[in-house]
Amino acid sequence: MIDNPRFANRSELIGILVLAVLLVVILPLCLDVFRLNLVAKYLTYAFVALGLVICWGYGGILSLGQGVFFGLGGYCMAMFLKLEASSPENTKIQSTPGIPDFMDWNQITQLPFFWKPFHSLSFTIAAVILVPAFFAFIIGAAMFKRRVGGTYFAIITQAVAAILTILIVGQQGYTGGINGMTDLRTLKGWDIRPDHAKVVLYFFEVACLFGCIFIAQFIRHSKLGRILVAMREKEDRVRFSGYSVANFKIFAFCIAAIFAAIGGAMFALNVGFMSPSFVGIVPSIEMVIYTAVGGRLSILGAIYGTLLVNFAKTSLSESFPELWLFGLGGLFIAVVLAFPNGLAGIWGDYIQPQLNRLMPSGKSGSGPKAGWHDSSVADGAPAE
Amino acid sequence: MSDDTKQGLQSAFRRKLLMGIAAIPALTVLPRPSFAQAPATSAINTTGLAVTDTEVTVGILHSATGTMAISETGSIEAEKLAIEQINAAGGILGRKIKFIQEDGASDWPTFAEKAKKLLVNDKVAAIMGCWTSASRKAVLPVVEQYNGMLYYPTFYEGLEQSKNVIYTGQEATQQILAGLNWIAKEKGAKSFFFVGSDYIWPRTSNKIARKHVENVLKGKVVGEEYYPLGNTQFNSVINKIKLTKPDVIFTDVVGGSNVAFYKQLKAAGIDLSKQPLLTISVTEDEIDGIGGENIAGAYACMKYFQSLDNPNNKAFVPAFKKMWGEKTVIGDVTQAAYLGPWLWKLTVEKAGSFDVDKIAAASPGVEFKGAPEGYVRIHENHHLWSKTRVGRAKLDGQFELIYETADLVEPDPFPKGYQ
Repeated sequence: MIDNPRFANRSELIGILVLAVLLVVILPLCLDVFRLNLVAKYLTYAFVALGLVICWGYGGILSLGQGVFFGLGGYCMAMFLKLEASSPENTKIQSTPGIPDFMDWNQITQLPFFWKPFHSLSFTIAAVILVPAFFAFIIGAAMFKRRVGGTYFAIITQAVAAILTILIVGQQGYTGGINGMTDLRTLKGWDIRPDHAKVVLYFFEVACLFGCIFIAQFIRHSKLGRILVAMREKEDRVRFSGYSVANFKIFAFCIAAIFAAIGGAMFALNVGFMSPSFVGIVPSIEMVIYTAVGGRLSILGAIYGTLLVNFAKTSLSESFPELWLFGLGGLFIAVVLAFPNGLAGIWGDYIQPQLNRLMPSGKSGSGPKAGWHDSSVADGAPAE
Repeated sequence: MSDDTKQGLQSAFRRKLLMGIAAIPALTVLPRPSFAQAPATSAINTTGLAVTDTEVTVGILHSATGTMAISETGSIEAEKLAIEQINAAGGILGRKIKFIQEDGASDWPTFAEKAKKLLVNDKVAAIMGCWTSASRKAVLPVVEQYNGMLYYPTFYEGLEQSKNVIYTGQEATQQILAGLNWIAKEKGAKSFFFVGSDYIWPRTSNKIARKHVENVLKGKVVGEEYYPLGNTQFNSVINKIKLTKPDVIFTDVVGGSNVAFYKQLKAAGIDLSKQPLLTISVTEDEIDGIGGENIAGAYACMKYFQSLDNPNNKAFVPAFKKMWGEKTVIGDVTQAAYLGPWLWKLTVEKAGSFDVDKIAAASPGVEFKGAPEGYVRIHENHHLWSKTRVGRAKLDGQFELIYETADLVEPDPFPKGYQ
C-alpha cells in the first residue's frame, strides 16, 4: 500500500459494504428462519477464521488449537445460560433442585465455587473475553518468550486442545462431560429459542462480526499490522531492529483467541448448545481449513470461506447422507491444490483484473492489484 | 412463526414486511398438502405435518458416517425394514410411510441441526433416531420446542422422561437389576469390579449397580474404573482385576474399546468361562468386532438376543437377513429400533390422528404383540415394559439364553434409592 489510510482503502470499504449488504439484507430476505439460524451458526466460525487471518495470515503463527478459545468462550456463555435454565422451578425433579441437571446426575449436591460468578451476565461477558485472553497470554508468553515457533508451536496448540478436551470430558460433573451443556433456554428471562429471537440474535451476531472486522482492519492498517507482516517475512530482522518480537506475537495470538471466544459465545447463544466436540483437535483443524479456503491473507475472504465450507457441508450431507464426506474432502483438496491463496486468491488473480479491464477508470482507485481480498498479496508473497 | 408485536410498531411492521418478502421464494417449495387437503387428511392432521392423502413422512436420524456409524447402521436397517413391512401391510390410516434420512455424522450438534431440519422444513410426523445419550440430549430440546415425536432405540441411563420421546430401549434399572440379582444368586457373587467408558451412561449405570450391590445384595464393589471413549489400553485395570479377584467383572465399556478390552483380558489369561463377567454393553453387533473366541463365556444382560426362540423372532430374523444380507447380525438396539415405527403406527391408529399431542397422550398402554422380543407395552412414563434377559456368549458370536425374568419389568427412569 502506497497510500496508507488509517482504516481501509476505497476498494476494501466497498468489499465490506458488499458483505454487509449480503449479511444484513440479502440473506435475511432470501432464507427462512431455520436457514438463517444455520448461517448464524456458520458465522460463529467466521470469528475464529478472522482471528486466524491476523494470527496466521499476517503474524505467521499457525495455531491448530483455536477450538480451545472457541470452547472457552462458548463454555463461559453456556455456563451463564445453563444456570439460568436450571432455576429451582425448572429442576424440581432432581435430587438437588437449582443446580444444572448434569451435576445432579453426577451426585454433586451444591454448585461448585467457580460456577457461582456466572450468575451475573456482566461477569460472564467479561469472562468470555478475559479468560481466553489470559489463557492465550500464558501459552503465548511461555512459547514466544522462549522463541518457540512454527511447527513446534502448532503442535503444542494441538496438545493444548487435546488436553482441554480430556479435561472437559473427564470432569463431567462440572462440565457436562461429552454430552456438553444442552437445553439452554433464556438470556435474562428472554427466550432464545423461538424464531423471532433467532432473527434478533442473528443481527446481533452480524453486528459483532463487523465490530471484529473493523478491529482487524484497523490492526492491519496500523504500524502494528506492518510489523506483524515484517515478522512473518523475516523475524530476525525485526528483532535486530529493536522490536520485541515475542510481545507482538503474544498480542496477535491473544487477539485471535478473543475473536474465537466471541465466536464461541455467539455459538452458545445461537445454537443453544456447547460441547467438547468444538474444543478438540479436529474442529480446530477444520477452523484452519475455513481460513485456508477463504484465503489466509484476506479478512473478508476468511468469512466467505467459512460460509462456503459450512454451506457445502450442510447441503452435501443433506443430499448424500452416506457419501458427503468424500465430496467435502474433494473440495478441500481441489481448493488447496489449485488455489493456494483460497477464494481471495481467485478473486485477486482472476476476477479483479477482468473487472479492471472492463471498467478501466471505474471503482478501483488505488492501484491495479488492490482488491477487497488484501493488498498484502501485492506487497509480497506469503512466507510459507 | 410468531408474528406477535411485543416490540415497537415500527419493528413489527418491518418484520412482517420482511417475512412477507422472505416467503415469496418459499412459495414454490411449500409442501403440497397445504393446498390439497382432503377432508380425511385435515381431520387426522391438524398441525400441518407432512401428511397427504396417500403418504406420511417420517425422519430417520442416525449416524451413517463417523465413529458411531458401525453401531447405528443396524438401527437404520431395522427402521427401514419396519417401514417397508408396514407399507406392505397397507400403511397407516391408508397412507404409505415415506422416510427422509439424515446423517447425524456422530456429531451431537449435527444431530440437533438435522432434527430441526426434519421438524421445521420437512414437517415429519415422527423421527426414528439417535443412539448415544449425547445425541439424544442434543436433540431433546429441539423435539420439545418444535413439538416433534422421537422414537429412541438405545438402552440408556434413565433420569429422563419427555412427552415428545418414546424410549423403546431399556432404562438402566430395567437392564441392570435383574441381571445382578441373577448372577448373585446363580454364582453366589459377593464382590464386583466395575469397568466402564467415561461418560454419563456407564457412570449412571454403575451408580445404580453399586447401590444395588451394596444395599440389596449386601455385596462389595472392589473396584470402579473408567476409560475415555476409544481407549485401547486396559492392561492396568486387568492387573487390578487379577489382584482383587472379584467374583464378577461388571462392564459397560462401549464401542471400539470393547475389542481391545476382551482381547487383552484373554491375553492376560483371564478365562471367561471360569471368571464370571457380566456386560451390559456387548450385543451381537459388538461381538462381530470382538470375535466370538475372545468373549465366549461372558454373560450379557439385554432384553433381546438374535437367538430368541419365539414365533415373532423367527419371522423377524429371516426378514431382516433377506433385506440386508445373510451376514448381518441383530443386536439388542437393532431390535428396539425395529419397534419404533411399529409402536408409532399402533399409536397413530389408536389416536386416530397424526397429531403429536394426541400421539403423546395415546401412547401409554399401546401394546405390540408382534415384537421380536415378545409382547411389549408402553408405560405412562413413555418407556417400555419389557423382560430382562441374560445370555451367554458363544464362539459363533451368538448368545445362548440363560435366564429371563418371568414377568415384564416396569420401567423406572427415576429410581428411588438409587440416586
